[in-house]
Amino acid sequence: MVQNQNMHSNGLDRRDVVRALMSDRGGLLAVTGLGSPTWDVAAAGDDDRNFYLWGAMGGAAMMGLGLALAQPDRSVCVITGDGEMLMGIGALATIGARRPVNLSVVVLDNGHYGETGMQRSHTGLGTDLCAVARACGLDWVTEATDMVGVETVRRRLHGREGCGFARIAIATGEYERILPERDGAAIKTRFRTALGL
Amino acid sequence: MATTRQDATGTTSWQDGVYEALRAGGVDLFAYVPDAGHARAIRRAHADPDVEAVVLTTEEEGVALACGAWAGGRRAALLMQSSGVGNCINMLGLVQSGRFPFLTLVTMRGEWEEFNPWQEPMGRATPAVLEAMGVTVLRATTPDEAVDLARRATAMAFEDGTPVAVLLSQQLIGRKVW
Repeated sequence: MVQNQNMHSNGLDRRDVVRALMSDRGGLLAVTGLGSPTWDVAAAGDDDRNFYLWGAMGGAAMMGLGLALAQPDRSVCVITGDGEMLMGIGALATIGARRPVNLSVVVLDNGHYGETGMQRSHTGLGTDLCAVARACGLDWVTEATDMVGVETVRRRLHGREGCGFARIAIATGEYERILPERDGAAIKTRFRTALGL
Repeated sequence: MATTRQDATGTTSWQDGVYEALRAGGVDLFAYVPDAGHARAIRRAHADPDVEAVVLTTEEEGVALACGAWAGGRRAALLMQSSGVGNCINMLGLVQSGRFPFLTLVTMRGEWEEFNPWQEPMGRATPAVLEAMGVTVLRATTPDEAVDLARRATAMAFEDGTPVAVLLSQQLIGRKVW
């Protein structure tokens, strides 16, 4: 396994973070932003209740909102990266205007576009996503910089204490790509089947 | 045509007919970027306790929202004007890749009694852009057509799984008034 090559910041190991977030997941539904977050969630263990995005950059949070509104009795989390969130940053305003209690958006933030050569992203150049989420009126906004904080986020994914946003500071670094199913229709069908649809 | 043009904020009967056609087809989530031509549907969606209405900052949010809703078993429609279709291009790849049903109602700008020439480029490109991204385009130019196509498009989307757009011609809505 090629792991942690070129690790050069002091953030958390993204695979450890996502494995922790997905543990004891109960009925949690997950939408994953394209690129590394999709590989991270797949690496934590394939599950029919994961909706892996391989494209649709900027759409993960909105897909999560649609899902949360369709499944109000289940907890929905979006796990995405800083670049993907930035492309659809207006979604935070849209989510803030509606705030379903069963929706959480988690951004794995390394301040870089990891899939394209580690160019610095806006969060590495000054944008504070927590401040954006707070300004958009989400019910809770939190930041995790250690695994204790990650465990707090994990509990909140299930807490239904309001619509939330978490930024988790992760390290840059190359990981083995763990590739889940890539046929979007197959992902959709097995997801809906898992929900009894 | 007087009845279809009297009120740009939307109190005419075809607008009620279109809204009711979507509701009858099981649509209970309306995502929108506002347009005067959709004002009636937007107002009714917000007033309906069985319906969720979500205002978007940009139209492609509605494409992703609709796919998420379908993944969770709910039928959504995206209401926008033609200028918003261009914003949706890449996100419509999600509809194709996941073979999601997709329904949008598009009020046309830039084609008839348009006071703002800056609406014309995207208005002209709207059908080609939708078709290029795999969306079937239906066009309504009369009130009866609008209601009939809304009904058929809803069935096409959610019974047949066809991504479909109903273009509501600008002559249905008339010149923008303040």
